[in-house]
Amino acid sequence: MYLRSDERPPQMSSGFALRVAIMGGVALAMFAVIFFRLWYLQVLSGDRYLAEANDNRTRETRVIAPRGEIVDRDGEVLVRNRTSLALQINAQELPADEAERRAELARLAKVAEIPLRKLRRTIREELLVSPSSPATVLQDVDSELIYFLEENKERFPGVAVGKVFVRRYPNGTLAAHLFGTVGEVSKEELKQVRYRGLESGDTTGKDGIEYEYDRYLRGRAGATLIQVDSFGRPKGELRSVEPMPGDNLRLTIDADLQAAGEGALSSQGLPGAFVAMDVDTGEILAMGSNPTFDPADLISPTQAEVDAIYRDPVAAPIVNRAIAGLYPTGSTFKPITSVAALASDAVTPSEIIVDDGAFTLGGITFQNAGGAAYGAIAMQTALQFSSDVFYYTLGDRMNDNERSGPLQRWARKLGIGRETAVDLPGEAEGLLPTPAWRNELYRKELTDRPWSAGDNVNLSVGQGDLQADPLQMAVAYAAIGNGGTVVRPHVGLRIEDAAGRIVQEVEPGPVRKVPIDPEWRQVILDGLHDAAQAPGGTSYNVFGGFPVPVAGKTGTAERPPHGDQSWYVILAPYPDPRIVVAVTFEQGGFGAETAAPAAATILSEYFDTQSKTITPVAGAVE
Amino acid sequence: MYATRSRQARPEPFDVRPTIAERLGLPYMDVPLMIAALALVGFSVFVLAEATRGDVPGDPSFFYERQAIYAALGIVGMVLLARIDYSRFRELRVGIYTFMCVSISLVFVFGFAARGSRRSFDFPFFSFQPSELGKLLLALALAGFVIDGARRGSERQRTARYLLLGLAPAALVFLQPDLGTSLVFAVVTLAVIYVAGVSWTHFATIGAAVVASVVMILVVSPAVGTPVLKGYQEERLTSFLNPSEDPSDAGYQQNQAKIAIGSGQKTGRGDQATQTRLDFVPERHTDFIFAVVGERYGFMGAALVLSLYALLIWRALRIVTLSKNLYGTLVAGGITAMLMFQVFVNVGMNLGIMPITGIPLPLMSYGGSSVLATLLAIGVLESIYMQARLSQKSRLSWN
Repeated sequence: MYLRSDERPPQMSSGFALRVAIMGGVALAMFAVIFFRLWYLQVLSGDRYLAEANDNRTRETRVIAPRGEIVDRDGEVLVRNRTSLALQINAQELPADEAERRAELARLAKVAEIPLRKLRRTIREELLVSPSSPATVLQDVDSELIYFLEENKERFPGVAVGKVFVRRYPNGTLAAHLFGTVGEVSKEELKQVRYRGLESGDTTGKDGIEYEYDRYLRGRAGATLIQVDSFGRPKGELRSVEPMPGDNLRLTIDADLQAAGEGALSSQGLPGAFVAMDVDTGEILAMGSNPTFDPADLISPTQAEVDAIYRDPVAAPIVNRAIAGLYPTGSTFKPITSVAALASDAVTPSEIIVDDGAFTLGGITFQNAGGAAYGAIAMQTALQFSSDVFYYTLGDRMNDNERSGPLQRWARKLGIGRETAVDLPGEAEGLLPTPAWRNELYRKELTDRPWSAGDNVNLSVGQGDLQADPLQMAVAYAAIGNGGTVVRPHVGLRIEDAAGRIVQEVEPGPVRKVPIDPEWRQVILDGLHDAAQAPGGTSYNVFGGFPVPVAGKTGTAERPPHGDQSWYVILAPYPDPRIVVAVTFEQGGFGAETAAPAAATILSEYFDTQSKTITPVAGAVE
Repeated sequence: MYATRSRQARPEPFDVRPTIAERLGLPYMDVPLMIAALALVGFSVFVLAEATRGDVPGDPSFFYERQAIYAALGIVGMVLLARIDYSRFRELRVGIYTFMCVSISLVFVFGFAARGSRRSFDFPFFSFQPSELGKLLLALALAGFVIDGARRGSERQRTARYLLLGLAPAALVFLQPDLGTSLVFAVVTLAVIYVAGVSWTHFATIGAAVVASVVMILVVSPAVGTPVLKGYQEERLTSFLNPSEDPSDAGYQQNQAKIAIGSGQKTGRGDQATQTRLDFVPERHTDFIFAVVGERYGFMGAALVLSLYALLIWRALRIVTLSKNLYGTLVAGGITAMLMFQVFVNVGMNLGIMPITGIPLPLMSYGGSSVLATLLAIGVLESIYMQARLSQKSRLSWN
C-alpha cells in the first residue's frame, strides 16, 4: 500500500520505519564491505601491491658499450668500431590486435626486404631471451629505409631505428684469421662464469682474439633506468650508469710484416700458412693463413658467404693453418733430431757418418731425396745438404721399441705434438708418434704393425705419422735459437685504456726451459746457416744473396695422397737470432721452391732490405 | 513630525535583528550533513591540486581551479536551495520533468561528443551535462507524481506509471550512451517508489525483472547476435569478475586502480604515488579519484573519505525520517539512494569489486555538473531538514 500524503507524518508508520531501516542496513553493509576490502588491499596486501607498482613504472634500457679497438704493435688500427643503424622492434609497442600486428610485420618485411618468416622468428627468439629490450631484426639499415620508416612512423608503431656498434676492419682481409667474430651472447653462454655480468643482447667475441681477450675488449654496458607511464613513454630518468667502453688491445703483430707475409702466401696461390715470431719473447709478429677471407663478411654473412667461408672443406678459408694446419714437417724436423741425438750422446757434433745415399734397415732401404750421396759428413754438413741418411742413422740409434726414446722426449720438450698455449682459440695439438701410441693402436687392432725402428727413422726426418703446425715448428726453432727457452707464443701485447694508459701487460713467461748445450746450438745454427747461405746449401739459391746472415732449413714432406708439403723455417739474424719465421705450403713441392721464397719476402720486410723480390730458383734440391 | 519622532523614539518591540548566519538559515540546517559535504568537496579540490599538477601542460592549476569554482557555485546554490521550501517543487513537477527530459534530449542534437558519446552541452567556458542535474530533478518530479497520483488507479497501475516516468529519462540517458548515469536514474526511481511504500510483491517483481534483463543483456542477447550493450560496455561490466585475464584493456584499468590503492598501504605514498601520477590509472581525476586518494594518502586518507560519506549518508537517511511531509520523505529517499548507489559503485569499482560503469564519486570526482548537482541535492536535503525543524518549532509554539 502506498502511503497517503494526507496521513500522519510518515515517521509514525511502522512499515515506513522498516523500509528506512532496510535502507540503513544496506548502507551499513555496503560500508562494511568497502572498509573490509580497503583494509584487505592496503593493510593486508599492501606490500605486494607496492612491489607491483614499483615494477610497473620503470624500464631499464641497456646502453651498449663500444668494444675496444685492436691495434698492431705500432698502434695501427686493425679492428675498430663503426656505428651502424639497426632496425629494432619494441614488442610492447606493437599493435595489440593480432591481425593488425601481422599486417604491420608483413609491411615491414616487405619494405625491409627480410623474409617475413625470418622476421617473426627473430622477434620471437629475442623476446624469449629478453622480453623488455628491443629486438634487433636487421643491421646496417640503409638510409632510404630509415627515411621511409620515419615518414611513415604511424604505420609502424613499435619499430625503431637504434644505434649499434659494428666491427670495422680498415685493413680489409689483413690478419683476418686472428680476430674472430663478435656476436650476441647466447643463452647457453650466459650461464657460464666467463660471461658473468652480461645480459642478453650484449655482444661478445665468438672466436679468435675477440674471444680470447673478450674480458678486456667488451667493456661494460651502461644502463638507464627510466620512469615510464602506462604507454611506456619516458617520464624522466631515475638513474643512469654510463657505459664503460672496452679497453683497447695492442697486438704483437706488426701490420707491415703481416701484410708482407700474407702477400708472400697469396702470391704462391697455394693453401698455406706462416708465422713470424720473436725468438726470445714469443711475441708473434705476423701470422697468416691462406686462403683468407674478409672478416667484414662475417658480421652478418649471407648464405653464400657462409658456404664459401665456413663450409668449403678443401679450401677451408676459416681455418687458421698456422695453428690448426697439421702436416708432416719433412726435413725441417732435422734440427730437433739433432738436439735429441746430441743430448742423448747418440752422436757428437764432430762425429763423421758416411752417407752413401742409402740406409738399410730390416731389409728396407731408405734413400736420400733425389738419390744423392754426400759421403763422410758431420752434423753441420748434414744439415747444410739435408742428408737424410745421416739422420736415418741417428733415428735408428735413438730407437726404443717400447717407450719413447730421446727423439720423442726432446721433440715433446721442444713443443712438437702439443699445444703451444698461444692466446688464440682453435689450436691443434698435432701428433708426435711414439712407441706407446703406435703399440696401443696395434693392441686395439687399429693399425697393422707395432712400433719399429723404421718409425723412428721416419720421424728423424719429419716423415711418417708426424703432424705439426707452423707455430709448433717456430716455437721449437726459437728454443734452439735462444738456447733452450720454450716460449709461449702470443699475439696480445698489452691492454690499454681509451687514453692509452697501460691496463695490463700480456707477458706470458716461457713454458719451460730445456737444457741445450751452447755447443749443440752452435753446430745446429752453423749447419742451418750453411744450408741457407753457403754454396750447395739447400736454400742457397734463395738466401745466398740475402744481406742478413740467416740460418734456415727447408722441408719437403710426403703427404700422400696430396702433393708434397713445402716447408721453410728460418732463424735470423745468424748467429744470434731475434726472429723465427716458419712457412708452409700445401702441395708446394720442394721447400726451397715455394716456402723459402715466402720466408725471404717476410724477412726482407723485417730487416727492411730492398731485395724484396726474391725469385725461386728452379732445380733446387733438398 | 510627531509620528516621525514617535517612531524614532520608540524601539520596535520585536527588534531582533537576524545575524548573517540566521539570514542564511544556518541555525536551522543539519550541520553534520553540511560539514560532510563541504569537507568532501574541499578535499576534492585539495586532492586535485596535489595529483593533477602535471596533467595539463603549462597549467598546473587547471583542474583544481575549475573544481573550486564549481564547488563555490554549488555551495551558493546549496544555501539558496536550503532556504527555499522544497514543497514548491511538488507543484512544479510537470515543468521540472519536462525540462529534464527536453534538456537530456537536446544533448542528442547540440551535444558535445566526447569519446563516442554525447552527454553534455559545450559552452564557451564550461560544459554542462544535463543528466547529472537530471538525477536530482527526477527525484523532485517523481516524488511529486507519486503524491499527486495517490488516489488514481489501482496500485499496479500506479507502480507501472511511476516506473515508466522514471525509466523514460533513464532510457534517454542510456542512449547517449551513458550506462552509469542511466543506472542512477533507475535507482532513484526505484528508491522513490520504495520509500513511497510500493508493495513488496511489486518490488520483488521489479527486482526479478532487473535480474532477468541483466541476464538478457549480458548473456542471451550477445548469444543470439543482437547485443544491446556496446562491446566496451559489456567488457567493462564483466571484466571485474576476472580482472587479470587481459591486463591490456578494461580489466587492466581496474587492476591498475587496485595496485594504486594497495600500494598506498597505511599512510600513503604522497608524491611517490607513481600509479596515479604516471597515467597507469585512467581517468584519475574523475572516475578513479578514489584510487588517487588511496595511493597518495593510504588507508588513513581513504578511510577518512569513506567516513565522511558514511556521515553524509547517515544524515541523509535521518532526514528521510524527519521530513514534515511525504513529499520531503520521498525526495530525500531518492537523493539518499542516489548518493549511496554512486558512492558504493564508484568506490567498489576503484577497489575492484564492482564493474566499471563510469559513475562519478559524488563531490570528489572532478566535473562541474556532478559537483553542482550533488551540492544542490544536499541543498534540497537541507531544505527538507530545515522545513521539518521549522514546522516542529511552530507546532511546539502554536499548539
